[in-house]
Amino acid sequence: MPIKVLIPTPLRPYAGKQAVLEVTGQTVGEALSDLVAQYPDLRKHLFSEEGKLRSFVNVYLNDEDIRYLSKDTTPVKETDTITIVPSVAGGR
Amino acid sequence: MAVKIPNTLFEQLRQHGEQTYPHECCGVLVGEFTDEAEKTVTSVVPCGNTRTDSLANRYHISPAELVKIQRDAMLAGCDIVGFYHSHPDHPAQWSETDLAEAHWTGCSYLITSVENGSAVLTHSFVLLGQEEEKHFEDEVIVQLSQK
Repeated sequence: MPIKVLIPTPLRPYAGKQAVLEVTGQTVGEALSDLVAQYPDLRKHLFSEEGKLRSFVNVYLNDEDIRYLSKDTTPVKETDTITIVPSVAGGR
Repeated sequence: MAVKIPNTLFEQLRQHGEQTYPHECCGVLVGEFTDEAEKTVTSVVPCGNTRTDSLANRYHISPAELVKIQRDAMLAGCDIVGFYHSHPDHPAQWSETDLAEAHWTGCSYLITSVENGSAVLTHSFVLLGQEEEKHFEDEVIVQLSQK
């Protein structure tokens, strides 16, 4: 069964212009791998060359930051929603 | 490039900067992309500034707050179209930090200068280009008289 992934506006041009995508996988890592397999242009916007999530990319499983769960080995189930949000910060 | 915003919402985000002075305020602009060069703001969501170590010259919006705002916006058929923050006693111009920490390409970044507690100028900048060559361009703010 598919897992929903919510795509933020800046990444939609690389995700078929869609706001919500469906992926499969047993873990967050597998789900994200399926995401970039479906939409290869997304890869460099989500991952560094070393394959790690870019520092400004936040991935949430439902309402929890995966950094505070088990990161990419966090288990997912079909009712879960993965949300990607780039960080928002700055200052004078 | 233009961002359209009802007067009431425009004043709301400017007042937020006065309320948090001498600290930076921040928040999210929800609305819709009318076309590639234009967006319309339909609601303003004030956020807390999580940079408690440097509130006077830095801001950071909790990703958990962004997740909720994005989800609520999408359920309402809208999107996050931009962000706002204030520059206490500093010009309404983007800084190197603002650019380095901006990652929402296509979105508007509104900055309000707040001098001695009063909002003065508000300017908008749209983030363009991919991460490696991203840059801000000036954007027109079109105030709408009615929401």
